[in-house]
Amino acid sequence: MSDNRDKEQGLGNESSAGAGGGAGAGLGVGTGTVASTHQRRTPAPPAGRLIDSPPFPAAAARLIGNQTLRANMRHATHTIRAKRAKVAAELPNWEQLRQAGAQIKDRLGRHLDYYLEQLEANLIANGAQVHWAADADEANRIIIELVKAQDVDEVVKIKSMVTQEIEMNEALEAAGIAAWETDLAELIVQLGHDRPSNILVPAIHRNRDEVREIFLREMKLYGKPAPEDLDNEPAHLAAAARAHLREKFLRAKVAISGANFCVADTGTLVIVESEGNGRMCLTLPDVLISVTGIEKLVPTVEDLEVMLQLLPRSSTGERMNPYTSMWTGVTPGDGPQEVHVVLLDNGRSRVLADPEGRAALRCIRCAACMHSCPVYERVGGHAYGSVYPGPIGAILSPQLRGINDAVDKSLPFASTLCGACAEVCPVKIPIPDILVHLRHRIVEEVKRKHLGLERFLMGVAGWAMARGRRFGRLGKLAGVARRLTGREYLRRLPGPAHNWTRARDLRMPPKQSFRSWWKKEHG
Amino acid sequence: MAETTGKERILAAVRAALSDVTVDDPVLDSPIDWQYGQATAVEQVLALFIERVEDYKAVVLSAATAAEIPQLIADCLQQAQATTVVVPPGLEPAWTTTAELDGLRILRDDPPLDKLELDGVSAVITAAAVGMAETGTIALDHRADQGRRIISLLPDTHICIIRRDQICTDVPQATARLAAAIRDKQPITWISGPSATSDIELSRVEGVHGPRNLYVLIAP
Ligand code: SF4
Repeated sequence: MSDNRDKEQGLGNESSAGAGGGAGAGLGVGTGTVASTHQRRTPAPPAGRLIDSPPFPAAAARLIGNQTLRANMRHATHTIRAKRAKVAAELPNWEQLRQAGAQIKDRLGRHLDYYLEQLEANLIANGAQVHWAADADEANRIIIELVKAQDVDEVVKIKSMVTQEIEMNEALEAAGIAAWETDLAELIVQLGHDRPSNILVPAIHRNRDEVREIFLREMKLYGKPAPEDLDNEPAHLAAAARAHLREKFLRAKVAISGANFCVADTGTLVIVESEGNGRMCLTLPDVLISVTGIEKLVPTVEDLEVMLQLLPRSSTGERMNPYTSMWTGVTPGDGPQEVHVVLLDNGRSRVLADPEGRAALRCIRCAACMHSCPVYERVGGHAYGSVYPGPIGAILSPQLRGINDAVDKSLPFASTLCGACAEVCPVKIPIPDILVHLRHRIVEEVKRKHLGLERFLMGVAGWAMARGRRFGRLGKLAGVARRLTGREYLRRLPGPAHNWTRARDLRMPPKQSFRSWWKKEHG
Repeated sequence: MAETTGKERILAAVRAALSDVTVDDPVLDSPIDWQYGQATAVEQVLALFIERVEDYKAVVLSAATAAEIPQLIADCLQQAQATTVVVPPGLEPAWTTTAELDGLRILRDDPPLDKLELDGVSAVITAAAVGMAETGTIALDHRADQGRRIISLLPDTHICIIRRDQICTDVPQATARLAAAIRDKQPITWISGPSATSDIELSRVEGVHGPRNLYVLIAP
């Protein structure tokens, strides 16, 4: 991770956060569970859903126990953070770019109905077919119908956060359709019956020997076998993946992608990637289905000049990612001749309805906020119970899902409000402000419902603590609780957090704020 | 008509969510403080372009005169150990004359070659649309001298010829130059070096799926 051409972390389609904060269940586990009800077409992932992730400590214990792995992850996070800072500082007008990025997405969001209709009209005029999906089930139903209409039982896909959000792969699997991941790390994870361990480097929990074993054991079950004399050289392992996937790319009739940007005034979709698997999926198959959140639009082609500077520099710390593809509906004689776009709401209109929270929809999924976050660095992606982890996940997931369950009520409290995320965010999302706003909304709702505020807050604290022992340092949470209730407690946490307080005292409002501690230690 | 219903439902939800927005014109309502399409302050555009493309471990060559191009192309092909070469229908025919004399098989993508056939081709030669110095990026707009997207994707070696006047400062100027092609519905591909991954033990590997060798030839 030392030079400028490293594999992007997640900057893939819809970038970054690509791999999502997978559940801890599969972490480092060799073989997953096998579904018993029907013959699976793809390797089975570990059982359970992301939101029901097992408690963080179980997964973290494994990670913490593995010094090399922890060192690797720290190294990766710090390298990417430094690279981002360096390439951002390279541009004298970086701050103006961020301002423009924020304003472009605000114009889009404040007139979303107008731009959606414009996009649809242009897509249709250019030979694409447009579908609207209010939620994940609708989107999956539409996609399954489109795939089945081609009379095929497999698709190739580009890593995409939105397809993770709607849990598309498993929906396709249940419909008898195999969805093949084509990003190298995702392939290692998929063939390893695994979930991503980390967003930055989703397969970092696998060393080269394990990757070799997985390739030798699994590739032959699903397509072109790995060469029998395969050794553990990363270049040879990558070459095996190239050959295995090349067969799938050439055979595939249908590809599924997300989109980093959809240009309303031309009907152009944009994919930003680094390995070239995106170009393969966008070019070789006959049919292309792109699923995109309704917030992924930009008004004009010219707006891309801002976004295509902000995204790669913020995401992988590169001046530019290796490959960016743009397509405008169907290009006669070139690439897929049947092009579909599925526009997904799935809670986005709900986010839009809160004028103080809607800035979260500006997000271009670069993952810079995660890489800059001291809490995320310590607790990892799993603690957030969502495909959108880290600071953006803490403000986006509860708003998307509607702040109903315990996880979503707790997420806005999973932060120290240190502000590092807002400083790096390329579209200037005021993440700490939105966190405070959401905390307020949650507390108001609890009050309105006459629930015990004290009990609720302790529950929230307990949940957060249970998922990150290191939260002990982040005493701010206690401060928040105290300010909200005007009382001092939290000396003993109830319920599941009991074990946590048994082990140590929770310091009540710290003498030194976390932020100053952080600055002193790292600044 | 489930889809129509879906559209109406979503648009209705969006409109309801935006009841606080009272100015209908997006431009009046939400200003954007940005001057589009500006050149940036790059002094030596060509030198910076070369430096940045080389940064990506691509090979950069410069032709002093147009007459040198065929030989330089033949040299690249030899270095890449290419045996078969695909070229787009609109590529300057003179460019491949030396390679032909060297005994290489030149396939013109007209009529379009089958994808399995292309998979067995070792190299591709294309022109380019725009170069960006600051980021070391080449953009193809896939017009006749660059050809279909697939031909510059499957072969393992890509030789890309770009004219000096096509190289501009940075992304904004390049986007302005490409806007017409996008509005003409041309697909666009931006290439910044060969692909790379660090997915296995953070160890860097060049070239996963796209061409693993990229040669950039700067023409007068
Ligand atoms: S919130 Fe900002 S920093 Fe975080 S992923 Fe989104 S755009 Fe990037």
